[in-house]
Amino acid sequence: MSKKYHVTTTVNGDGYEYLCEAQQTLLDVLRDELQLAGTKEGCATGDCGACTVMVDGTMVCACLVLAVETDGAKVDTIEGMAQGDKLHPLQQKFLELNGSQCGICTPGILIAARALLARNPDPTETEIRYWLAGNLCRCTGYDKIIRSVQAAAKEMRGA
Amino acid sequence: MATILEKSGFNPDKKLKIVGSSPIKHDGIDKVTGRAKFGADMYLPGMLVGKILRSPHAHAIIKSIDISAAEKLPGVKAVICRDDFPEIKAGSADGDMTRNAMAREKALYDGHPVAAVAATSESIAKEALKLIKVEYEVLPHVIDPVEAMKPDAPILHDYLRTKGVKGADQPTNVVERYELGIGDVAAGFAEADVIVEREFDTKPMHQGYIEPQGCVASTTEDGQIELWCSTQAPWVYRDRLSNILKIETAKIRIQQSEMGGGFGGKTGFYPEPIAIQLSRKARRPVKIALTRNEVFRATGPVSGTKSRIKIGCKKDGTITAAEAELIFQTGPFTGSAFTNAPQAMFTRYALKNVKTVSYEVVSNRPKVNSFRAPCVPQVVFGVEGVIEELARKIGMDPIDFRLKNAATEGYKTIYGETFGPIGFVETLEAAKKCDHYRTPVPPGQGRGTASGFWFNRGGETTGTLNIGIDGSVTLILGTTDVAGSRISISMMAAEELGIPVDKVRAVMADTHSLGFNRVTAGSRTTFSTGMVIIDSARKAIAELCKRAAGLWGVSPDAVTFEDGYCKPAGANVGNFEPLSIAQIAAKTMATHGAIAGHSEMNVTGAGPGFGLHIVDVAVDQETGRVDIKRYTVVEDAGKAIHRLQVEGQFQGGAVQGIGWALNEEYCYGKDGRLENPSFLDYRMPVASDVPMIDTEIVEIPNPRHPYGLRGVGEVPVVPTMAAIANAIGQCIGVRPQSLPMSPPKLLKLIDDHKAKK
Ligand code: FES
Ligand code: FES
Repeated sequence: MSKKYHVTTTVNGDGYEYLCEAQQTLLDVLRDELQLAGTKEGCATGDCGACTVMVDGTMVCACLVLAVETDGAKVDTIEGMAQGDKLHPLQQKFLELNGSQCGICTPGILIAARALLARNPDPTETEIRYWLAGNLCRCTGYDKIIRSVQAAAKEMRGA
Repeated sequence: MATILEKSGFNPDKKLKIVGSSPIKHDGIDKVTGRAKFGADMYLPGMLVGKILRSPHAHAIIKSIDISAAEKLPGVKAVICRDDFPEIKAGSADGDMTRNAMAREKALYDGHPVAAVAATSESIAKEALKLIKVEYEVLPHVIDPVEAMKPDAPILHDYLRTKGVKGADQPTNVVERYELGIGDVAAGFAEADVIVEREFDTKPMHQGYIEPQGCVASTTEDGQIELWCSTQAPWVYRDRLSNILKIETAKIRIQQSEMGGGFGGKTGFYPEPIAIQLSRKARRPVKIALTRNEVFRATGPVSGTKSRIKIGCKKDGTITAAEAELIFQTGPFTGSAFTNAPQAMFTRYALKNVKTVSYEVVSNRPKVNSFRAPCVPQVVFGVEGVIEELARKIGMDPIDFRLKNAATEGYKTIYGETFGPIGFVETLEAAKKCDHYRTPVPPGQGRGTASGFWFNRGGETTGTLNIGIDGSVTLILGTTDVAGSRISISMMAAEELGIPVDKVRAVMADTHSLGFNRVTAGSRTTFSTGMVIIDSARKAIAELCKRAAGLWGVSPDAVTFEDGYCKPAGANVGNFEPLSIAQIAAKTMATHGAIAGHSEMNVTGAGPGFGLHIVDVAVDQETGRVDIKRYTVVEDAGKAIHRLQVEGQFQGGAVQGIGWALNEEYCYGKDGRLENPSFLDYRMPVASDVPMIDTEIVEIPNPRHPYGLRGVGEVPVVPTMAAIANAIGQCIGVRPQSLPMSPPKLLKLIDDHKAKK
């Protein structure tokens, strides 16, 4: 048995403690130890963005972060995006405008888009496309994803 | 068994309330909140982690496999290899399937599974793989299909003889020679004023679904198997697993997960039989989630092709003859569905003289799997290049040229079907009228167009509709929802029943809960399952009328159903207040039992689909980089049930085609190993690579479906590469004939062209 390390962390505001192996990534732990399987694995090499989460307010690929590195960190995942019954405007627009087809890329894209709107509430189409260039989607051709983000941004600006 | 609704009830004048709108899909909420469970998202108590050992060689005899050291590693609960699979004769369909799942005599491609382990943790499983000793005798390999056809090529299977060739008695890599034609091409070409003949080649690409295959298998002590997996074809998987593992179908229960993209790539299994055999040996649930590296190295790419295409026409644009020679690379086993190509490549033009000869060739690369309109886009890449070249040669607008030759109702196709009402002409006319085509090509850019056809499919389909005591409705469906079929089918049920779509919910059945459902593929699901659910709804409506008749004390045919209510059929039936579904359910279910409808059909009557793509590109003459500036998809949907879903199909297909056109390919080293098995090196389009994709939905109804629907999943990728190549040709003065049109290849083309001038 490989040696295990003790990690204390906050995920979506809840405190967690777990043991993990040194090579386990944050993605492995979120999914396999905490069973927060909303964060997806598409590649495990940082190339698809399906595993996008926030660690201490910074957008990261959970597959590129070792779980032990997140000791004491605050992690935010898709499971924490809606507040009670209230969907985040991005979630709502992805529903209304069909920004999600098969849905496997959706959690990562929603987290990434929220991070974009937090720093740039009024992004151009090009800015959205470049910001999301690390999030692969094979179903939609991106059109409805971009439109969903634009619509959510507009709503959030109260425009 | 019915194959079509006796009376489809198709009525073009009927005012539809729900069909044609775009409600939020009911499964959407799970997808935007992270609840949706995909293949790798199942966790069971005591679950083990399964890992697969794969061949590092493209072609090698497996002399021995020693699993003893791996078995002894603490935490390892099962190790399996070829010895754990029933012996099935090589060369049979099942023999191929079991050999693709787990190598037997030989490893046939880099990444071919040779053994597998189930352990209590991933790190232990990986450690155990290192302890398995496989002795290989490496053989020469062949990947390129033209090389594989040569007489001195390394032979993959000693038993293989070419089907379709009389007296073929030598071992070969050519699986089949398939000839298909009509009329007399020699006479046709003799009539032509202009003839264009070109050669083309395309590279394999991967379906590129973002969700790698993932599954969990568990087996009880008495041998009952439950399999959770991401699949387009639960019933097909079950029946094939039954065949290769020799287990009765009643003992294999497959529950499909949400599927994170398939596009044809999840129509055949990969880790599933391995997970089952591991779970049988370990008596514990086993999860296998493939890595992206494994997905690229060992799951279904599409066929690479070589083709020669020749078309002749008169000065007035009439095509007089068309001829093609096509070579399709499959993996080590047959299964490319290559016969689609000669059947579909010219179909949309009313040709009288056609000759095609096609070959399917095995090679040392993963077994190909379906991808949207299997094998058709690759050859349409060539066909539509020749079409545009002919049009330009005779000075005709390329869309007018297509209109001149467009097939219409009554045309008998090369594969024997006579077209009913079809929308190719209307699609071309809509394209001519759309803003994109009417806007002049911006300076420095090139515009290309291309058209495509797909048969659309029906097939065996089963479904059930249940009415609840409160009048809300649940559907039990079997055909995997790949892109929103659940909501579209729920909408059709709601339309039939005259209730809001929010009162309907659909669940995906496991394979014990419904009869056989053919794979979700070929654009058949919304059409076929829609048909079955409409039939179920009509059966439930008949029962509702019977119940209402009972309540009123009249005969059932004195009751009609309209807009969600049972009503007296005429004034003389009596003066009864209409009864809603909810009222009838509440009043009669306790006394007369549930109200439900069930239907199984081998659905026929699918309506062919046609599309035309328009694309503007700019090419950087210094680097060979292509920018897609504007893209429009025009396609006949028959009837768009859910408009946003239909647009999404158009857009997604086009962007997959953009990747195939510009970047995607498999790169093999001299050793036959795949050199780019990652998203970093296998470059699929990202958001910043593409513009918005405009869509024009044409609606020429298919009268054999109650709402006129055709099917829209395949056509959107068929013309894409051809349209882009045509546009590039306009930009750089020479039309590319080889995919992908990547910067280095285009740069060479540009330089060669300049040198020639
Ligand atoms: S899984 Fe982390 S980027 Fe793909
Ligand atoms: S919706 Fe399927 S990958 Fe994006």
